[in-house]
Amino acid sequence: MNSIAKFLSEVQEITFLLWRSIKGLWKGPRYFKDIIVQMDRIGVGSLGIVSLTGFFTGGVLVLQAFPTLEYYGAQSSAGQSVATSLIRELGPVLTALMVAGRVGSAISAELGSMVVSQQMDAMRALGTSPVRKLVTPRIIALLITLPLLTFSADLVGIIGGGLVAQQIYGLDPNLYIQSAKVGIAMTDLIGGMVKPIVFGLIIGLISCYKGLNTTGGTVGVGQSTTSAVVTASVNIIIADFFLSKILQSLFSATIF
Amino acid sequence: MSLDLQNDHFHQAFEEGVPVEDEVVRPAIEFRDVELAFDDQVILDKVNFTVRRGETKIVLGGSGSGKSTIINMILGLLKPDAGAILIDGEDVTEYDDQEMMRIRKNIGMVFQEGALFDSLSVYENVAYRLHEENVEEDEVEHEVVRMLQFVNLEDAIDKMPSELSGGMRRRVGIARALVGNPSIILFDEPTAGLDPPTARTICELAIKLRDLEDVSSIFVTHEMNNLEYLSSEYATLDCEGGVHFEHEGDRLCLLNTEVIMLKEGDIIFSGKDEQLRQTEDPYIRRFLRGK
Repeated sequence: MNSIAKFLSEVQEITFLLWRSIKGLWKGPRYFKDIIVQMDRIGVGSLGIVSLTGFFTGGVLVLQAFPTLEYYGAQSSAGQSVATSLIRELGPVLTALMVAGRVGSAISAELGSMVVSQQMDAMRALGTSPVRKLVTPRIIALLITLPLLTFSADLVGIIGGGLVAQQIYGLDPNLYIQSAKVGIAMTDLIGGMVKPIVFGLIIGLISCYKGLNTTGGTVGVGQSTTSAVVTASVNIIIADFFLSKILQSLFSATIF
Repeated sequence: MSLDLQNDHFHQAFEEGVPVEDEVVRPAIEFRDVELAFDDQVILDKVNFTVRRGETKIVLGGSGSGKSTIINMILGLLKPDAGAILIDGEDVTEYDDQEMMRIRKNIGMVFQEGALFDSLSVYENVAYRLHEENVEEDEVEHEVVRMLQFVNLEDAIDKMPSELSGGMRRRVGIARALVGNPSIILFDEPTAGLDPPTARTICELAIKLRDLEDVSSIFVTHEMNNLEYLSSEYATLDCEGGVHFEHEGDRLCLLNTEVIMLKEGDIIFSGKDEQLRQTEDPYIRRFLRGK
């Protein structure tokens, strides 16, 4: 099979997986407990690294932008600069990349191990659909928790930027907060929450697909894990471009 | 007990055309001209066999002969290219995954390595099917303890799979497969990699299921010890409920165990173990003797 045919086949399989996981929502049994467990693992488990990433990203944004803003006498716009950068782009993308690395790899490795140790076959033999039991709860958990994690990264990032602005450049915190408040538009917030939902779907679908299609024993688990993280990360970056363009068109008055 | 008495009844009913209950006549599993190939590689080539109710069919064959494929097809995990598969008289060949879920509820499966869910305890593994069906916890606990007693593992109820030995994992796998009292059990090389006494324990469990629980089963193996145990011993209960294993002989002859042998997707032998041992086929003779 050539690479184009393989790519199209994978797209088709992932689409089927999406369809089957959506169908899993309508028909019983529903696995609410599994959704809660996954939300805890994905959401609460990732809160630390996502907040840390947000904090230092906000900090470095101020570190890099402040001298330039100062050169043009616009240092009071530091808050706006950090807030819009984080909410529109860096918050959703960096959070998604961190979650793809931490959660996407874990999902792929877990499902892949279950495949190679025949646990997936055992599940089907016991009358349970692995898509309903394993895929749907993980995707729902990602769809719910990724926007919340992104919000957390944005907030901590803005705080981090403020601390750097105050401690290193001596900017008045009130000026920073006021600038950030003025700079954030409703369209920024909507766009900043739409992106993580799409990214969550990408991470969930790709990592579950790669895990479920693991072959070749423990070596295969490693390969599918690597493939899941790389494919999800690249797709997040590509999707971010197209999402920005779509949102830009929808809210044409605002630049995304 | 599904020993010669029931089988005599079965054969007599068939030969004389006497109307008997569907339950007795309808085979538990039937393969009709089943074919499967992956690209150019033939996996199964017009395979035909029947597993009667209460019968154990021992499937022998070397690696890659198609033994496990048969089991995967019964479960609907693989679909044949041609032919028909009947479970309890119902043609399941074209059933999708959703329809197969109903059929699978009546089939227990014991995997090669146990295939226990790593994240669940022994109790949760055995209770899995009942939890999925939202059975009351008191009832679940009673059933789990009963099944673990059957495999002599009631002390391991709170352990995690990682704490169990290979043999214990297989026995928990058997207990899990028995929950819900399925009438068909599929064993996929359940003794592979086990020491002889533990392998013997697994075979004894299969014999108990066949003779005391009237379960139909397919026992896939390539180990001659398993063939010896399953085709020459039977289980009886004494007045106090104790289980005893006896060799067939003058008193009783086993009719509820047959052997089929696969070679490169073809059935090259089907019959009793005595016939297998007398065959002149060089492949079978080499397989039986190991040289």
